[in-house]
Amino acid sequence: MADVKKIATRESYGNALAELGDKYKDLVVLDADLAAATKTGIFKKKFPERFFDCGIAEANMMGVAAGLAACGKIPFASTFAMFAAGRAFEIVRNSIGYPHLNVKIGATHAGISVGEDGATHQCCEDIALMRTIPGMTVINPSDDTEARAAVEAAILYKGPVYMRFGRLAAPVINDPATYKFELGKGVKLRDGKDITIIASGLMVAEAVAAAETLAAEGIDAEVINIHTIKPIDKEIIAASAQKTGKVLTVEEHSVIGGLGSAVCDVLCECCPTKVVKIGVNDTFGHSGPAVELLKQFGLSAENIVKTAKAM
Amino acid sequence: MDAAKKKALEITACKVRLGIIEGVFNAKSGHPGGSLSIADTLTYLYFDKMNVSPEKADDPDRDRFVLSKGHTAPALYSTLAQKGYFSTEELKSLRHIGALLQGHPCITIPGVDMSSGSLGQGISAACGMALAGKTSGKAYKVYTVLGDGEIEEGQVWEAAMFAAHYKLDNLVAVVDNNGLQIDGRISDVMSPYPITDKFAAFGWNVVEADAHDFDSLEKAFASTVEGKPTVIVQKSTKGKGVSYMEDNVSWHGAAPNAEQYEQAKSELEAALAALEA
Repeated sequence: MADVKKIATRESYGNALAELGDKYKDLVVLDADLAAATKTGIFKKKFPERFFDCGIAEANMMGVAAGLAACGKIPFASTFAMFAAGRAFEIVRNSIGYPHLNVKIGATHAGISVGEDGATHQCCEDIALMRTIPGMTVINPSDDTEARAAVEAAILYKGPVYMRFGRLAAPVINDPATYKFELGKGVKLRDGKDITIIASGLMVAEAVAAAETLAAEGIDAEVINIHTIKPIDKEIIAASAQKTGKVLTVEEHSVIGGLGSAVCDVLCECCPTKVVKIGVNDTFGHSGPAVELLKQFGLSAENIVKTAKAM
Repeated sequence: MDAAKKKALEITACKVRLGIIEGVFNAKSGHPGGSLSIADTLTYLYFDKMNVSPEKADDPDRDRFVLSKGHTAPALYSTLAQKGYFSTEELKSLRHIGALLQGHPCITIPGVDMSSGSLGQGISAACGMALAGKTSGKAYKVYTVLGDGEIEEGQVWEAAMFAAHYKLDNLVAVVDNNGLQIDGRISDVMSPYPITDKFAAFGWNVVEADAHDFDSLEKAFASTVEGKPTVIVQKSTKGKGVSYMEDNVSWHGAAPNAEQYEQAKSELEAALAALEA
């Protein structure tokens, strides 16, 4: 994969906002003193009159976003996932979710791959928190192509959307020339009959790599990318599970309440299937280089291969 | 304010208070004390100050109102009913299962601009509405009413900082200083005093008013300045208009029984009859 282009999805987020600013005049961007890190600074540079720094005050930022949306704007409220979904949870629930306002939450630096900053900033609970809010759409794009497309899809959708982006550069696996983003639709990246691997975000590239290794060893894995965790694509999950009879989920998030749980919610009702979840196992993260941490937490193609073979 | 206008407002406020009692009595729960303390303020806003009406409920240029102290929804609903957004009959099913009127304001109710009730959040939404107006070049104003206990929430001060920083002079916040919160006197529970000095330090234009005097309210709401958000710290009486509820913390979140309901109703009806005489 050495020649594959790598871009962090937070970069994709900032670039997409700046690119779409001309097309969507009601688009405004809020940040909480992290514009350099969330990459909303790219938008700020191009549209300074439509960028509002809220300072280190995430609760108020979410409320301001709600008020802007109530008056016709399309606000993107941006900060780290830890503060967007964690600190501001109740404001997101009551001021954005309950009135079902058209606010887009751009949450960057999600998951273990935050790296050196360590546990206080490695949010592995955001998907679980956000998907419990009625009417909240939750998107976790896998690469630059998907992240950019997801930003525009979020603008075109009327209602609250939580978007999860990463700090670490991720390989670009989707071809921008042909890629089409459909909200709520899973993407089958590889056909297979022996096992289904369902991944999201940064883990999609690892799942694809794992499937190639498995194929060389005679295991034919189907790979599904779930970019929209809520509403989840029940059909693609059920059809694949019925075909292979074994499901392995992979996410850079707690195994409690995230993609794996969402997949289990689908399967337990329609076609009970054995599911093994790879994710952060009810533990906090810690400091270290992102790539090494991902390996240590089992969020790697190697561990996907090993786990799949054991199933 | 001329005498006829003042009397008309006093009559409407009295009807708003009757609606509050009707709603809370029929709900067998709710918050009458803090609703009665803002009845005059909401009457002034909806019947004199604000550019709103049921006929142009979705007009993007209308003024906006956010009840940040959302538990006093009976006051808002009763005012909206008087204004014609829905029938006063709706007040009788306040908080009932399947009813239009929820325990706390909900944006889907006609005339309600923002869901609220979790304290400290309404003022942030009001800031967003004011900012939207500024960036769109619209002339509308945004009003929000907070409780004096509510300003113990940290988010209020995040919003206070934000409003001053972005010079939201189209925003007017009212702090309803009735001096009581659930656990007792605000000065005993967790004093937010001095309220005026705190907002002044955050860069706001600070005005004081008597919450039960329409001349005072008119003067206060006219005291906005350019370049700064305005806060009106209004001295009010919790439970105002119902003798046994006045300045009594036990009426923060309790409904009157049948006997108490009759007494409240007869007191308010007598006040109304005196005004209409």
